[in-house]
Amino acid sequence: MIKFEHVTKYFGERRVLDDLDFEVQRGETFVIVGFSGAGKSVSLKHMIRLLTPDQGAVWVDGEDISHAGQRDLVRLRERFGVLFQSAALLEWLTVGENVALPLREKTDLDDAEIHRRVEETLNMVNLNDIYLAHPSDLSGGMRKRVGLARAIITNPEIILYDEPTSGLDPVTSRTIDDLIDRLRRELKVTGVVVTHDLFSALAIGTRIAMIHQGHFIELSTPADFIKSRHQVVQDFLEAQYITKKGAWEAPRNETHQQSIT
Amino acid sequence: MLTREPEFYPPAINWLGLLGRDIWMTCRNAGRALLMLWEGLLDLRFMLGNRARPEVVYQLYVTGIKSIGVISVVAMFTGMILALQTGLELRKFGQEVNIGAAVMVSMLREMGPFMTALILAASVGSAMAAELGTMVVSEEIAALEVMSIRPVRFLVMPRLVAMMVMTPLMTFYACMLGVIGGALVGTTQLGVSLQAYIDNATRFAENKDLYVGLFKAFVFGIIVTTVSCHQGFSTTEGAVGVGRATRRSVIISFLSILIVGYVITRLFYV
Ligand SMILES: Nc1ncnc2c1ncn2[C@@H]1O[C@H](COP(=O)(O)OP(=O)(O)O)[C@@H](O)[C@H]1O
Ligand SMILES: [Mg+2]
Repeated sequence: MIKFEHVTKYFGERRVLDDLDFEVQRGETFVIVGFSGAGKSVSLKHMIRLLTPDQGAVWVDGEDISHAGQRDLVRLRERFGVLFQSAALLEWLTVGENVALPLREKTDLDDAEIHRRVEETLNMVNLNDIYLAHPSDLSGGMRKRVGLARAIITNPEIILYDEPTSGLDPVTSRTIDDLIDRLRRELKVTGVVVTHDLFSALAIGTRIAMIHQGHFIELSTPADFIKSRHQVVQDFLEAQYITKKGAWEAPRNETHQQSIT
Repeated sequence: MLTREPEFYPPAINWLGLLGRDIWMTCRNAGRALLMLWEGLLDLRFMLGNRARPEVVYQLYVTGIKSIGVISVVAMFTGMILALQTGLELRKFGQEVNIGAAVMVSMLREMGPFMTALILAASVGSAMAAELGTMVVSEEIAALEVMSIRPVRFLVMPRLVAMMVMTPLMTFYACMLGVIGGALVGTTQLGVSLQAYIDNATRFAENKDLYVGLFKAFVFGIIVTTVSCHQGFSTTEGAVGVGRATRRSVIISFLSILIVGYVITRLFYV
């Protein structure tokens, strides 16, 4: 569905992505983990052409988005819903107007219908009674969830989540995990999740990749990921008290593996 | 595409290289700003659509009503100062009745449009640069682009409409207030009767002065919007960048207003 073909990206002298080569399958939830500044957000931005690779190409469903013209780009981007790391809410609009924005601008639904859809979507992310609040009055976690609501309201076939659970309490984090997993299972959404939160990565990911020094040092199913022999992956797991001896068990992994292969 | 890749340049070899790059960047930015303006002008066709109307009305309100206070004060005092200065000179020749023409003509031709544009550039224009700059930094512009909502249509067009309408209107208002200010000084300080002042003012001022003045204001409005929005969109590097974009938007607006003001005067009056 989304294919990186030997993507290399420089910021000045720094090579942030180094010959990154992988493919996200249709209907899977692909999780990217890694240290801060490893290039997780940068790789996500390549999928929607907010950044263009210096070498290589990014393919979306058989089309080269990194060299697409304006018209094709618009069409390709319409298939995506994107949750930005900073939530990227428009500050002068209310929460309701923010979530309604894609529907208002891109569809001909009437106000009542839009309002209904917005309330419904806000409920899905556990937010009630904040339709008229302004983004600046919300906590970071709430803004994240409003951003998530805006990303999913158009029922896109691909959703990119940049740290969906950062800044959320553990209980709400699991709710968001459930939501992401439900979107995949029920609506066959293809998801790419960037996260630091390994619990959530292991719970929702069909495959997990760890990016380090510009490329993936590990790319495997959750069950194999925690058994990785790579030292950096081991350190990353141990920092979150997950060891291969199994503080964590993966009850859903078997089904995940079957569903993607 | 408005969301731009960060750009990196190797350090220049010498001052000549630096100068060359500066000139190249300036030309490129001017070109980009003009392209943005062109897109914004084409988008004026959406001005009255359901989606854009609330925002257009809001921008008209911010640009016009919100700056009416400061414009009133400045215009009033400009008229008063003009009347007093010229009046004191003219009195030496017993010609103080001519302050009517002096105030009216200079307000209409130069001071009105010029002053209004500078005030709007400093208040409304700088706010535009800061708002759009903050939106770039917090990825809001990127989010709009990904939602396929063109930032120029969504953000620039309403502001352009507001400035194109409000700068001439405010200019006209400023001219009238300036003339009233002049009358105030004329009647109370210089002993010119109101009737004589008005007669004199209307006898010397031509319709052309009014039209050219309002045309100037219209052009200034477009300049301020273009410069400020473009600077906002070109913001890089976080909060520092927003500050820099704001500062540049005011400086470039001021300079462009001066230069273009001269050019228009030259075209119409020589
Ligand atoms: N617009 C930019 N300009 C310059 N450097 C950038 C830019 N965006 C990201 N970087 C650099 O690229 C690296 C990866 O960033 P990012 O993908 O945001 O990290 P993370 O994995 O934490 O999401 C960082 O070192 C960052 O400094
Ligand atoms: Mg990031």
